[in-house]
Amino acid sequence: SVTTRDLKKITLDVNSNSVAQKIYVEVNNTVPCVRLLNATHQIGCQSSISGDTGVIHVLESEADLEWPLTKGPNPPYMILLESHLFTRSIMMKIKKESSRIAGVTVVVPNTSPSEFSPHTTCPNENTGVYSDTYGPHLAHCNTTVWNPLGNGLSYEEFDFPVFSLKEDKQCYYDHNRVVNGSAPQYPLCAMQLFSHMFAVTDTATCMRRNDVINFSINPEMVCDPLGDFNVWGSIRPYNRSQLGHRDNESVVMAAARLDSRAFFWDVSTGAEGSISGFVTLLAAAHALRDVTQVAPPTHNILFAFFQGEAFDYIGSSRMVYDMQNGKFVIDLDNVHSLLEIGQVGLRNGSDLFLHSDPVSRMNDTVNDQVREHERYRCSLIHRHHRLVDNFQSSPLPPSSLQRFLRAQNIPGIVLADHRAAFNNKYYESYYDNADNLNLRYPPNMTAEEQLEFLTDTAMALTEVATVVARALYKQAGGDGTQVDNIKADSKTVTQMLFGFLVQANNSWFQALIPPELKDMLSDPPDFYVGVASSSPAKAKPLTRLVQFLLANLTGTATNLTQDQCQKPDDLPDESVQMYSYLWVQGTVPHNGTEKGPFCVRASVRLSQALSPAFDLGEYASRNYSTWTESRWKFIKARIFLVASRDLEMLTLGVGVAVLFSSLLVTYFISTKADVLFSSAREPASAAY
Amino acid sequence: MTAAVFFGCAFIAFGPAFSLFIFTIAKDPLRVIILIAGAFFWLVSLLLSSLVWFIAMKATNAQDLNLQKGLLIFGCMFSVILQEVFRFGYYRLLRKANEGLAAISEEESSPISVREMAYVAGLGFGIMSGAFSMINTLSDSLGPGTVGMFGDSQYYFITSALMTLALTLLHTFWGVVFFDGCERKRWWVIVAVLCLHLVVSGLSLLNPLYVGSVPPVYVIMLLMAVWAFFSSGGSLHNLSLLWTCRKSNAETSS
Repeated sequence: SVTTRDLKKITLDVNSNSVAQKIYVEVNNTVPCVRLLNATHQIGCQSSISGDTGVIHVLESEADLEWPLTKGPNPPYMILLESHLFTRSIMMKIKKESSRIAGVTVVVPNTSPSEFSPHTTCPNENTGVYSDTYGPHLAHCNTTVWNPLGNGLSYEEFDFPVFSLKEDKQCYYDHNRVVNGSAPQYPLCAMQLFSHMFAVTDTATCMRRNDVINFSINPEMVCDPLGDFNVWGSIRPYNRSQLGHRDNESVVMAAARLDSRAFFWDVSTGAEGSISGFVTLLAAAHALRDVTQVAPPTHNILFAFFQGEAFDYIGSSRMVYDMQNGKFVIDLDNVHSLLEIGQVGLRNGSDLFLHSDPVSRMNDTVNDQVREHERYRCSLIHRHHRLVDNFQSSPLPPSSLQRFLRAQNIPGIVLADHRAAFNNKYYESYYDNADNLNLRYPPNMTAEEQLEFLTDTAMALTEVATVVARALYKQAGGDGTQVDNIKADSKTVTQMLFGFLVQANNSWFQALIPPELKDMLSDPPDFYVGVASSSPAKAKPLTRLVQFLLANLTGTATNLTQDQCQKPDDLPDESVQMYSYLWVQGTVPHNGTEKGPFCVRASVRLSQALSPAFDLGEYASRNYSTWTESRWKFIKARIFLVASRDLEMLTLGVGVAVLFSSLLVTYFISTKADVLFSSAREPASAAY
Repeated sequence: MTAAVFFGCAFIAFGPAFSLFIFTIAKDPLRVIILIAGAFFWLVSLLLSSLVWFIAMKATNAQDLNLQKGLLIFGCMFSVILQEVFRFGYYRLLRKANEGLAAISEEESSPISVREMAYVAGLGFGIMSGAFSMINTLSDSLGPGTVGMFGDSQYYFITSALMTLALTLLHTFWGVVFFDGCERKRWWVIVAVLCLHLVVSGLSLLNPLYVGSVPPVYVIMLLMAVWAFFSSGGSLHNLSLLWTCRKSNAETSS
C-alpha cells in the first residue's frame, strides 16, 4: 500500500503508557504476506480487522501438527514454524483446519534449505505466447516443466495471517511447553498478528470500489495496480518527441528483467532469477560503449530492462502495447531481432543454452534470422564455452520475448544456463540470494575491499557479458575486425554484484546517484515490483539505480554545471529531446583531489511499466496482467500473556456481585437515612 | 484482558460510587454541584502535586532508579498532604457558601447541612481519585493480553479495581470525618485523617505484594466507615431502632 509503505519498518508504538508496556511486547521488523489480486483470484493472506490472536505453538515436526489442529485444548493456536517446515503439505493441512488456527509465523532462517520455490511450476503460463491457438502442444508446460520444484504456495489463498519474524521462542518455552501430553497451565503465551487487507475477490471488484470513493464519506482506496518503470537506453539516441514508426530504422533489442518476488512481501532478491541477467546486460552495454563510438554498427542497439515480469509480464506487455499504438520511439516493425538474457548465473561447466520459439521459426524468414544469430554466437566460442542450440522442439522459457512474439513474429533468442528445467532451486523465493550464486568473499575483508574483489561468479558473468556484447555488435552489423576488442569489464561486474546482492550503500553506487537520492540505497536491497506510481521521480530505488548505472556505463561525462545540467536546452549542442542529463555525486578519489559531482549525458530513459489493462479499463482481461496489491492500514505483531477464561469470568462475577450489592445496600441506607443518621441538633444522649 | 475483565473491574471499582451517586446525589442539583466542585478541587491538588514531582524528576538524573523511586515516594506523600490541604480549603469555601445559601433561601436555614456537604465533598474527591487511578488501567484491560510478561502478577487488574473501590469509599469517609472535625474544632481529627491517608498511600507502595496492601487497606476502610457513621450522627441506638423497626414491620405484616 502506498500510504503505509513508509511505516513498514517503524514499530507502531501508539500505546506507550506503562500498563500497556507491562502487557505487550511489540515485535520489530515484521514481514507479512499480503494479498494480491488478479482478474480471477485473490492470493496471499488476510487477518481479521482487529487482529488474530492465538496461543503460540512451536511446531517440532509434521506429526506435531496434531496438537494445534485437533488435540490441543486451547484453540486458536498461532503456529511457529522453522523454515524447513514451511512446506506445501504442512501449509495445506493448516489451511484445511483453519478454524483452530489464528495464524502462522515462519522463523527467518539463517541458511537455505536444499530447495524451495513457492512459485508455480509453469510461470506466467496464461500470458505467454503459447496458447490453444499458438503452439498448443507447448502450452501449459506440456513438454518442458520449467520450475519443477515449485510448490505454488505464493499463489494460494490463506484466510489467516502468515508472517516472517525473527526467532523468539523464550516466551513459548517459559509458558507453553507441552509436558507429557498434558496441557500447559494458564497464563499462556500468545501472539496477535494484524495484517488486515482491504481488497477482496479480484481486481475488477477492487477497482470498481476504488472508483466509488468519489461518492463516499470516507474515501479510501482499496487496491493499487502493480507496476513501476522500465529502463531503456540505446547506442544512438532517439528523439523522444517523435513516437511511432521510424522509416528505415531497424533496431536490435537486448532485454533483461529487473524484478523478482517471494512469498513474503518486499523481501525478494532474485539473484539468479533476475540479477544475473540484468547485470550481464549492463556489463555488455558498457562493453559496447567504446567500440560503437569508434566503429558504429549499421543498426541501432536498444537495451531494455523490464520491471514487473514476475507478474504476467507487466513491463514487456506495456512496451509492446506502446509500440503497437505508436506511443514509443519505435514500433514493432522497427525491431530487427531481440536477444534476451534469462537466468545465466548457474552454468554447469561453461554451457550456455540458446532458446528460441519453434513455432515462429516455422516461418522461414524468422528461421533464417535466428540461425544467423546463432551462427554469430557459435563463432564467438571461447575455448571453454559451449553454446548449445536448443531449438528442436522445446518451447521458450518464461521470458519477455514471449510478449513480443504474441504481437508480431520477431526473431528472438533467450540465453540461459538451463536446457530444460531451471537450474535455480529457489526460483522467486527469499533464498535466491548471494549464496545461491555462490558469491563468496574471503573472510576479514572490509566492505570496500569486498566491493573491489573479483569473485568467481563475477568472472563467469563477465564471460557471458562478453559473448552477449560481441553477438549484439555482429547482429547489428558492426565491423567484424573490431569484435575481438569487445571485452566486458570484470571489475564493473563484481562491483554490481556486490552492490545488488550484499550491500547497496557502497561508495561506487553512491557516486552514481544524484545528491538528493543519497538515502535511497537501503539494505537489504529489495526487488519486488511494488505498486505503480505516476511519476518517474517516484520509481522504485532499484529501477532508478539501474537507470543511473546504465547512464554511467553507456553515457558520457560532460563539463556542464548543475544549472546547465538541469536546463541543457539553453546550450546549442545539447538537447533534452535526444538525451537525458543527470547530475550525479561523483567520487572523491583517495588522493584527496575532489572530483565532485558532474553531469552525465546519456540516452537512457524510463518508460512506464503499468499493465495496459488498467489504461484500457479491462480489469478482467485475459490478455494483459491484471495484478493489483491490496491496501492495508497497519501491519504489526505483538506477544503477550493470556489469562484463563475462569479468571476472567471470576472477575466479571465479582464485579457484578459488587455492583448489585452496592446498589441494594445504598438503596436500603438511603431510604432509612433519617433513622440511621439522626439530626445533629438532637442531643446524642437522648434516650428512647 | 477482554471485555469480561473490563466490565468486571469497572463494576468493582465504580459500582459503589455509581450506586451512591444515583440514589443520594442525582436527585438534588445542589449536591451535584458540590460533588463536581469537590472533584475539581481534588483534580487541582493532583495537578499541583504532579507538577512538583515532574519538575523534581526532570531536574534530576533519570537513570538513577533509586533516586527516581525516592522521588516517587516523596511525590506521593506530597500529593497526599496537598489533597488534605485542598480538602480543608474546600471546607472553608463550603462554609462561606453555606452562609450565602442560607441568606438567599426562603427558610431560615440553608437547604443543605454541613454533614451532607461533607459526605458529598468526600464522594467527589473519591470519584475523581478513582477515575484517575483506574480509567487508564481499564482501557488496557480491554485488549487481549494480561499483565505478567515481565514478572508482574496476573491479578493486577482485579487488585487495582479493589484498591480503587477502597480509596473511593475512604475519601468519602474521610470527607465526613474531616468536616466534622473542622466543625467542632477538633484538630486532632484532621491530623488523624492525614496520617491515615499517608498510611494507605504508603501501603499501596508495597505492591505487587498484594497481600500486604489490599487487606490492611480494607481493614482501615471498615474502621473509617464505623468512625464516619458515628461522627455523622449515627449511633448504636439508631441501629437498634432500625432493627426493631424492621422487626416490628415484619411482625405487623406477618
